[in-house]
Amino acid sequence: MVPNQNSVCFRNMHLDASTRHTLDAYRSLGGYVQWEKILRERPDPADIIEEIKLSALRGRGGAGFPTGLKWSFMPRTVPGQKYIVCNSDEGEPGTCKDRDILRYNPHQLIEGMAIAGYCIGATVGYNYIRGEFYEPIQRCEEAIREAYAAGLLGKDIQGSGVDFDLFNHLGAGAYICGEETALLESIEGKKGQPRFKPPFPAQVGLYGRPTTINNTESLASIPVILEKGGKWFLEQGRPNNGGPKLFSVTGHVARPDNFEVPLGTPFRALLELAGGMKDGRRLKAVIPGGSSVPVVPGDVMMDVDMDYDSIAKAGSMLGSGAVIVIAEGTCMVKVLHNLSHFYMHESCGQCTPCREGTGWLERVLRRILDGKGRPGDLDLLDSVAGRIGGRTICALGDAAAMPVQSFLKHYRHEFEHLIEHGQSMAA
Amino acid sequence: MCLVEAEQGGRPFPKPVPACATPVGAGMKVLTRSPKAIDAQQGTMEFLLINHPLDCPICDQGGECELQDVAMGYGGDVSRFSERKRVVKDEDLGPLIATDMTRCIHCTRCVRFGAEIAGVRELGATGRGEDMRIGTFVAHTVSHELSGNIIDLCPVGALTSKPYRFTARAWELTDADSIAPHDGVGSNIRLHVRGGRVMRVHPRDNEAVNETWISDRDRFSYAGLNADDRLTAPMIKTDGVWREVEWHEALTLVAERLKAADASRMGWLMAPNATLEELYLAQRIARGLGCANIDHRLRQQDFSGDAADPMLPWLGLPIADLETREAILLIGSEIRQEQPLLAHRIRKAALEGATIACVNPLTLALTHPARQLVGTPAQMVADLAAIAKALGAKASGMLKTLIGSAKPDDAHQAIADALRAAGEKSTGALLLGALATAHPDYVLLKALAYRIGELSGAVVGFLPAAANSVGAHLAGAVPHGLPGGRATETKGLGLGVMLSAPPSTLVLWGLEPDRDLIDPARAMAMCEAADLLIACSAFRSPSLDAVADVLLPIGSFAETSGTFVNAGGLWQRFQGAVAPPGEARPGWKVLRVLGNLLDLPGFEYRDAAQVRDELAALCSDAALDNAPRGDYPAVSSGTTAGLMRLGTVPIYALDPLVRRAPALQRTPVQGAAFGVYLHPEQAHGDGLFADQTVLIIQNGHEVEANVFLDDAIAMGCARIPAAVTGSGRLGAQIGPIEIRPWFGETGSEAG
Amino acid sequence: MSFRNAPLAVIHDRDKSTLFTAEIREQIDVWIAKYPAEWKQSAVMPALTIVQDANGGWLTPELMNDVAAYLDMPEVSVYEVATFYGMYDLEPQGRHKVCVCNSVSCLLLGSAELIEHVEHKYDVRLGETTADGRFTFKEVECLGACRHAPAVLVDKTYHENLSPQALDKLIDELE
Ligand SMILES: Cc1cc2nc3c(=O)[nH]c(=O)nc-3n(C[C@H](O)[C@H](O)[C@H](O)COP(=O)(O)O)c2cc1C
Ligand code: SF4
Ligand code: FES
Repeated sequence: MVPNQNSVCFRNMHLDASTRHTLDAYRSLGGYVQWEKILRERPDPADIIEEIKLSALRGRGGAGFPTGLKWSFMPRTVPGQKYIVCNSDEGEPGTCKDRDILRYNPHQLIEGMAIAGYCIGATVGYNYIRGEFYEPIQRCEEAIREAYAAGLLGKDIQGSGVDFDLFNHLGAGAYICGEETALLESIEGKKGQPRFKPPFPAQVGLYGRPTTINNTESLASIPVILEKGGKWFLEQGRPNNGGPKLFSVTGHVARPDNFEVPLGTPFRALLELAGGMKDGRRLKAVIPGGSSVPVVPGDVMMDVDMDYDSIAKAGSMLGSGAVIVIAEGTCMVKVLHNLSHFYMHESCGQCTPCREGTGWLERVLRRILDGKGRPGDLDLLDSVAGRIGGRTICALGDAAAMPVQSFLKHYRHEFEHLIEHGQSMAA
Repeated sequence: MCLVEAEQGGRPFPKPVPACATPVGAGMKVLTRSPKAIDAQQGTMEFLLINHPLDCPICDQGGECELQDVAMGYGGDVSRFSERKRVVKDEDLGPLIATDMTRCIHCTRCVRFGAEIAGVRELGATGRGEDMRIGTFVAHTVSHELSGNIIDLCPVGALTSKPYRFTARAWELTDADSIAPHDGVGSNIRLHVRGGRVMRVHPRDNEAVNETWISDRDRFSYAGLNADDRLTAPMIKTDGVWREVEWHEALTLVAERLKAADASRMGWLMAPNATLEELYLAQRIARGLGCANIDHRLRQQDFSGDAADPMLPWLGLPIADLETREAILLIGSEIRQEQPLLAHRIRKAALEGATIACVNPLTLALTHPARQLVGTPAQMVADLAAIAKALGAKASGMLKTLIGSAKPDDAHQAIADALRAAGEKSTGALLLGALATAHPDYVLLKALAYRIGELSGAVVGFLPAAANSVGAHLAGAVPHGLPGGRATETKGLGLGVMLSAPPSTLVLWGLEPDRDLIDPARAMAMCEAADLLIACSAFRSPSLDAVADVLLPIGSFAETSGTFVNAGGLWQRFQGAVAPPGEARPGWKVLRVLGNLLDLPGFEYRDAAQVRDELAALCSDAALDNAPRGDYPAVSSGTTAGLMRLGTVPIYALDPLVRRAPALQRTPVQGAAFGVYLHPEQAHGDGLFADQTVLIIQNGHEVEANVFLDDAIAMGCARIPAAVTGSGRLGAQIGPIEIRPWFGETGSEAG
Repeated sequence: MSFRNAPLAVIHDRDKSTLFTAEIREQIDVWIAKYPAEWKQSAVMPALTIVQDANGGWLTPELMNDVAAYLDMPEVSVYEVATFYGMYDLEPQGRHKVCVCNSVSCLLLGSAELIEHVEHKYDVRLGETTADGRFTFKEVECLGACRHAPAVLVDKTYHENLSPQALDKLIDELE
């Protein structure tokens, strides 16, 4: 069965690639209708939040927290400035979906942010885009200009009394700024070091004011949910796993790409959409939700459906929806070392376990790769990872630990082989 | 390390939480010793140690290292880390703080100290992850006046005291509590002693006084105790030649000469950081000899307000209350240099939203928002008059002309409004500082301050010149007051009169006449004119050598027991921690023996405590009170024309001890090096330029100096620091001067 | 790490109109206007980027000090930012920056081979600049272009699905 594709964030993918990101193109698909309706009718934000809750939209940034619930935490009616912040800092290895939303469908994100702002009582929004995204940044800047020119943003928009200003803020190369509180620090002109929670951003966020942070894909889904109804969205996916989701299928597949398919789509079907395995190689393993989540052996994965709950049952996480496919013949020690190098490089340096531990993991793995492993190394890796996970301010510590523990669990023999023989089994 | 297990409302937190950063909540349960908590603590410990050098044997922090302590409690015996350890390059942070950054565990306390307490971000944490480094990044000296506190904050041996470095191990030291001897805070300190030497100084917690901090001046001045020019034996000069003598000989001579002297032509000048006991006994002897000419107000120029001055002036409020003020007007004070920890309290008030304003002859580098009115000394008077007028002061009485001619602008009005608003809640304060005290028209500043205080409801307070200025008034070391603040019937002569009509017999206590007095040129002339000059001092100095006839060596700070009364009126006792060098003796003992030799009754004191108790009894009904005793005469000294000298006293030039602390002397402080500091436009207008050599002409004395440009200085003024080398032949700290380009001895036109 | 939630503004005694060029100031001002007035420092990242671009791709201490002065920030706060984020360079750079992604999806599809190829062919190690100053060669973490791995960022342009030969061609076309 070929899953239903491109119905929400990618609903404009069939349009002419040279113009589909423009305001006109977006309008042609019913764009900004929901926003203008809100401006006209000024509905009770609580009702919209109920609709989002009904849709079972879960945060697409990685943690999968229900978006409607998150919005309901905002002290909406308390006076004073509040903010909506979009997390477009996409940096999780394997994830490349937000970049395409920014490039191909920026107006839908703008509309989503405006609606979110209305719901949580924020009159200012910041879209934090990673600095390397030169082309997407241009597109977003242009889209914001268009939206202002068309009277869709600004003060007292269309005479509604509603204000909403939207700005892009640019990152400058730090994965940690994808963590929501580090991102806020970064907007405040500091190093991106995560804040300890509580207080949560909904109480003390950007500039000390209540703030909601959502992922690009989460926010870009909002206009369609309002257009088609929360129930429709829910029914696209599975209970508690509403809607379609973007999956970045990368690695050893024939046609790596982003696919917007319903949550619950079997992994098997997704793999098929990506053209199956590259060069007909055999599937060895899958990292199903971005580099931070535990690896799942290929044969297990072939029977898993792509939704939050099913993947959790398989011992991993859906995360950001980055499906990294690894073929037989790949050295798992090398892959894990690559991941560990990433976390060492990206640790912000604030928490001792993460700052010191990520480097330790990387060095031990490097040594094993170089054929200088020692018998106790694997237990050491496991134990060091265990002492990082759950002991840090933000989840980067967990992200650094989980791959280590899962790789050792499923592919311990490869590590042992390398330690014993000084060279990789895969070689 | 502080990871603990916790639950709130029956729901456990998903992971161990840092105890130091987690807000407490009602019904929260915290498990500090649960297996999960201990495992987390041990985990962190292991990570902290993997890259930490195990160089405890050569580390200055050894024996008092927080990391060492917790490692004993939580660390494993054998390291599982067999990779290469991190090595970090050191930075030079200047003469006070030594670094060994390889030992840094990235707790960022030092960085946060800068941001949160000092208000200056000197240190930063650059880089990220394991490459994070603590330092200034672009090497420069850490020079904030509180920066030494990061030595205490650093839990490991990454930041240590440079002067103390490698001189002792923690376990060899004994400690003694003491009170810092410089500013009016009276910071509580602990002296660490080995072999009769003060090795270092640490703060002691006292929330009401210094919280947990001390200033660098209080921390590093102890090094002055070991100066080469300590006076270690009594000395007598005959025919211009000094000779060491026995105490008995010296004191007998002194007693004889004092007895024979004309008491009405005798003068006693006491350092304001002498102990309460010394001040009290000195005035007893003076008065016992029939001489009421005693003063400690060494940096005051205008004494025309003596009759109206409060008998027992003080800060006007407890020190800790400063931070709850909602409006503070500083009048003539370089507060960060004069009273570093009071400046810190004021900063705290500012961060809580208080309005801070200054009327000064120079712009201060403050670490909080403030409204600064900057002008010549005359303009300072006009600014106060304008604030008074903005508060509705009528042009009548003594201040008639001043207020009549005042023209309040928006800034004056805003300050007036803030003071009034705060005054209504009794949270306003006006504080007069060292530059007000040295002002030629101090009396006008006081008169206007009191008027502003009356109209706004703000308290008027005095920033004490030194550690025991408040105590000196209580002890009766003023010509118009007896111990306990009782007015004398016959008023003696104060410093002002002594300078213009030199006494024939002079006793100087704890001071150097060319550095510690308001007008060094006249002070030296006064000393030279005396037939007999007896100097009690911890140090020899060229100026004393030149003018004194007898030198009596007395103990310095840490070498005597005694009492200081701080700005807030707190009496703080301390014991001597080390013996004075050589034959030097604690000052109160010298005075006791002298009293006996003079046959004065009641000089049989057993110990310093008895002296203090006697004074305390005299002070039992004395209340510190800033209410003036009468109207201040509104007579101006009339020094308004021409260029005015601002003789500021740099933070590390305050008294003989700190001037001898080598590390502090090497610490760069803006405006501390002798020279002429001019606003660039002032210099331009006068045809002067940076680095040029000029001649300063003050009261007929000529001194050569270099020009520095500093746009903090008010137009019409030249900062020429006082109390520093080079300033000893100049006149009053604030007064008219002339600056002329100097072309060398030949007077050629070249250059 | 947040030092309370207040910017630690410091006033530098430098005339802002003498810093940078008029165009650069104008560009930075556009960013400043996006944030609350007391949060000028929010513009530090774009300001550093603008200044770096105008300075041949790297930042000197003097330029960072200028940014601090322009935004009323403590200088060390600017150094912290400049050393934290990967896109700022504090050393002289080649005329171009060739940044190869070496994160997991790119690794699986040959980024290590790309790196080896370039190192070999142009005699330049990661982090170094070619002898002729043509380009600085860098390894970067995931560029968010994983579906077209391996990806390379050359200055401000993404190049995807690169083989060593295709990368050669790109490099050869650089000035
Ligand atoms: C180390 C780390 C990196 C993250 N990176 C991203 C990211 O690049 N993009 C993103 O949307 N969320 C990222 N997140 C998750 C965010 O913290 C946050 O949960 C998310 O933006 C919330 O949006 P959502 O509820 O719409 O998913 C990251 C989290 C961590 C701990
Ligand atoms: S876990 Fe790592 S990245 Fe996250 S706050 Fe701590 S040190 Fe920074
Ligand atoms: S892994 Fe290379 S672009 Fe994502």
